[in-house]
Amino acid sequence: MISTLDKIHILIADDDDDDVVLFNEALAELKMDNKLTSFKDGNDLMDYLKNPEIKLPHILFLDLNMPCKTGHECLKEIRANPRFNDVSIAIYSTSSSEKDIENTFVEGANIYIKKPNDFSKVKKIIKDVVNMNWQYQSSGLNKETFFYSL
Amino acid sequence: MKLNYNYDGNIACRRILEDHLEKLNIEYQILDLGQIEILEDVPIPVFEELQTALNRYSIHIINNPKGQLIQQIKDAIVEIIYQKDKFPSTTISQYLSEKLNFRYGYLTNIFSEHTYTSIENFIIIQKIERAKKLILDEELSLTDISYELNYSSVAYLSTQFKKVTGLTPSMFKRIVDKRRKLSDKIA
Repeated sequence: MISTLDKIHILIADDDDDDVVLFNEALAELKMDNKLTSFKDGNDLMDYLKNPEIKLPHILFLDLNMPCKTGHECLKEIRANPRFNDVSIAIYSTSSSEKDIENTFVEGANIYIKKPNDFSKVKKIIKDVVNMNWQYQSSGLNKETFFYSL
Repeated sequence: MKLNYNYDGNIACRRILEDHLEKLNIEYQILDLGQIEILEDVPIPVFEELQTALNRYSIHIINNPKGQLIQQIKDAIVEIIYQKDKFPSTTISQYLSEKLNFRYGYLTNIFSEHTYTSIENFIIIQKIERAKKLILDEELSLTDISYELNYSSVAYLSTQFKKVTGLTPSMFKRIVDKRRKLSDKIA
């Protein structure tokens, strides 16, 4: 079960170190207490999640284009396992086609982020996503119909 | 066999509380807005048993006064959104201030400090949450839903829906339908 303590636990799987640095900067500006764990590819992430001892994260950020195992493959594997039902999954991608967005949500993502070119916008997006996710976990909103595309 | 159901979270919560309080022989009275009055001294082990039993349903007893006030604000908002006849004829700020006996400025400060969102934004999120349920129920048209939720127009509802979810109401409906079909296939 996900802890209801006020500390928010975030995972990110991304092979680009610059993205992870940016995440760290954005999260440092958040008012809420948080902890970020990063993985450099999909295999790494899935190995970690398979361990039954871990405390489940509140939110997982997945880059679609990763070596070894793509974000899509991770998404499908995670959503096939009810143990992760309460974990919000945020996908980020360079595609902004409505069809891609729709398919990603159908496959079980909760959040779809179109990667902006402007770095300053990335920080705001990360903050918006973590804040919105917090509302879903702290106010009894239905996670099954939680979709946020930005 | 697959069953469809609907539910009222408030009533469900009330019944759970009643069942558990009665099981532990605690004399109580359920008050408005997420409060129960315990009418006798309860031994600590019994109280702990109650807490453990309620935590299973994700019902938590709030021990600090600020947390209690924030929960009362949330409950008051949810109440007016889910019961149209309770929607205030005055502004929501005046309504909350009178109902909870605090200046609105104090309520907004304490609310945003602890929930990381504003009261205004919380109201929008809750209204869209109810809109989602009503869209999936398929009993009301989007125009009816905008009326039920006190929007001035259906266009305004659609704009807020897009702001909170990033999706149009019809895309939202399509995604949920496709997801359900997909899980039917797997099951």
